[in-house]
Amino acid sequence: MKDAIGNVQRVVVLGGTSDIALATVVKLTEERRGVQVTLAARPGERRAAAAAALDAFGIRVTEVDFEATDRTSYEGAIASAFEAGGDVDVVMVAFGVLGDQERAWQDVDAALELVQVNYAAAVGCGVLVAERLRAQGHGAIIAMSSVAAERPRRSNFAYGSTKAGMDAFYTGLGEALAKDGVQVLVVRPGFVRTKMTAGLDAAPLSQVPEQVAEVIVAGLRAGRRTVWAPPAMRWVMSVLRHLPRPVFRRLPA
Amino acid sequence: MDSGRPLAGWGRTNPSVATVHSAGDDAELARLVTEAGRRGVLARGLGRSYGDAAQNGGGVVVDMTARHRVLSVDTGTALVEVEAGASLDHLMRLLLPMGLFVPVTPGTRQVTVGGAIAADIHGKNHHVDGSFGLYVVAFDLLCADGTIRRLTPESELFWATVGGMGLTGLVLRATLRMKKVESAYCLVDTERCANLDDLLGRMAESDDRYTYSVAWIDCLAHGSSLGRSVLTRGWSAPLDKLPRRLRGHALNFRPKQLAVAPPVFPSGLLNRATVAAFNEAWYRKAPRERRGEIQSIAAFFHPLDAVAQWNRIYGPRGFLQYQFVVPFGAEDTLRRCIQMLGDTGQASFLAVLKRFGQPSAGHLSFPTPGWTLALDIPIGAAILGGLLDRLDEEVLAAGGREYLAKDSRLPASAIARMYPRLDEWRDVRRAADPHGVFTSDLARRLGL
Repeated sequence: MKDAIGNVQRVVVLGGTSDIALATVVKLTEERRGVQVTLAARPGERRAAAAAALDAFGIRVTEVDFEATDRTSYEGAIASAFEAGGDVDVVMVAFGVLGDQERAWQDVDAALELVQVNYAAAVGCGVLVAERLRAQGHGAIIAMSSVAAERPRRSNFAYGSTKAGMDAFYTGLGEALAKDGVQVLVVRPGFVRTKMTAGLDAAPLSQVPEQVAEVIVAGLRAGRRTVWAPPAMRWVMSVLRHLPRPVFRRLPA
Repeated sequence: MDSGRPLAGWGRTNPSVATVHSAGDDAELARLVTEAGRRGVLARGLGRSYGDAAQNGGGVVVDMTARHRVLSVDTGTALVEVEAGASLDHLMRLLLPMGLFVPVTPGTRQVTVGGAIAADIHGKNHHVDGSFGLYVVAFDLLCADGTIRRLTPESELFWATVGGMGLTGLVLRATLRMKKVESAYCLVDTERCANLDDLLGRMAESDDRYTYSVAWIDCLAHGSSLGRSVLTRGWSAPLDKLPRRLRGHALNFRPKQLAVAPPVFPSGLLNRATVAAFNEAWYRKAPRERRGEIQSIAAFFHPLDAVAQWNRIYGPRGFLQYQFVVPFGAEDTLRRCIQMLGDTGQASFLAVLKRFGQPSAGHLSFPTPGWTLALDIPIGAAILGGLLDRLDEEVLAAGGREYLAKDSRLPASAIARMYPRLDEWRDVRRAADPHGVFTSDLARRLGL
């Protein structure tokens, strides 16, 4: 049960190796030791490393197997994550892939893998998590969307389309769950230097995971429904959405 | 019944959604309890506990206020039997004209008898009279198996329920020993104290001469004025001390509500500047010393009740109340806590300081002999959580504890250290409610 200050007692991360998710967990738990965090992710070295990193901050970590490409793993993963302790205060939906953007609009399998992980799995898990949090009468979901969801660009529209879908789903889910005491926070980061973007040229207003984490935690505590990271990205995207196409097309990638 | 309603405490900080039932008759309540789902059942009164004590997210919350009848009154023995949903306000309006006053009243009349038992509440007379539970002669408790047990102070379950935060069952009816009074007025002495030493000295020296005693401290004063305060102490006014114009209707009690705070206040209105100005004015307007003033019970005990919904002035982010007690001898801890609150500017209006006397036998009853400080703090400052965690450490190191009816943020790890009889209480509770039917957000947060 979260407290009046916003301290949480239990967090579940779906996509438990995400750099942004780990930074968020650290930020969210920095004032209290012994917070219980469940990392649901593919078993392996990366998950073990993530668990060890959190452990170093005095966080009690448990690990659960979860595979976004495997539809049959969702129920079991979410059931074990929820049943491993008391009420869950925050569920972070943080899995996703960027993929090869040129392949993703020319190769059916590549396109559908993006859809499966970033959209279908996000929606499926959203349904299951919503049911759990409704039963508690409180809790929050942090859904990792992207500014790419707001206006597709030539360079990343396949990824952007999947994020647009999950963004719309979680934005609507927030409305549906408001009467059940559940907050849904949709996070739209701009370019973040993480494992996912390693090797790409940084876009303007690029940031590190810790900066995104700060925006997320502030938004969560303020009861917000959507946050942009950095916050100025909200106004940048607002302008970009309304730019005439010929102008938008000429912007640097 | 209405399904799914968000419920919060008085501090409006951390709501959860529960299925709320307005309390029906005993049989209906018994059915609710025996058919409770996995998330359990909890009684709720007037929602004056500050944190999550009267919330039960995902479960059933029984609004007890529909059951507010006074069942019997004996003016000779001063014993009354009332339903648990009756408020102290209701009891005062009905019984003061008969010369009976509640034995213990907190800073608001808007609490129910059930809530008063669950929190084993205290008032300005704790240093001589103790807590509410000492005046409960018996009560009917609806237990987890659907049976109703008549409990008296001889039973363990009675004392697990007094101060037990509603986690042992639903209190249905209680027999209380009221206090006989000659008037609905108090005879009040007011003194201004220049600093904390001055205040503690006066309280230690002469509190015991008074039935009621409380000090309002300006937590933002610093240096040689640290702990400057206004000390008000008094007695229930006997008839012959009243001015002639009041004697004809000395037991009249018709407190007026002056205003309702509208839901339009922004968060952050109560900041260091506005609060410092208020505290300064409060201190200046108090007389240096005034003896034998006649004040109505409402003005003396419940000044904030004149403004309904006053919790709204903290804005949508809400506020919390921090209340702790440290034993006599831990005056340095008290001083450090006031200093930390003042230095960081995390204080609102005035803090309240009182002396506690003898404890009741409630396993989780809050009052223990010592100094108790309570203050309201708006939610907002990033430093607040860390500051209060450090204050917890001070309180723990001094052998003190914090009040569950006010708490909204203690870490679970602190509870067993603050309440050494917790395990004993758990045993009694487990015997009465093996499946944990009665539960609350507070219980889940603190792992009670």
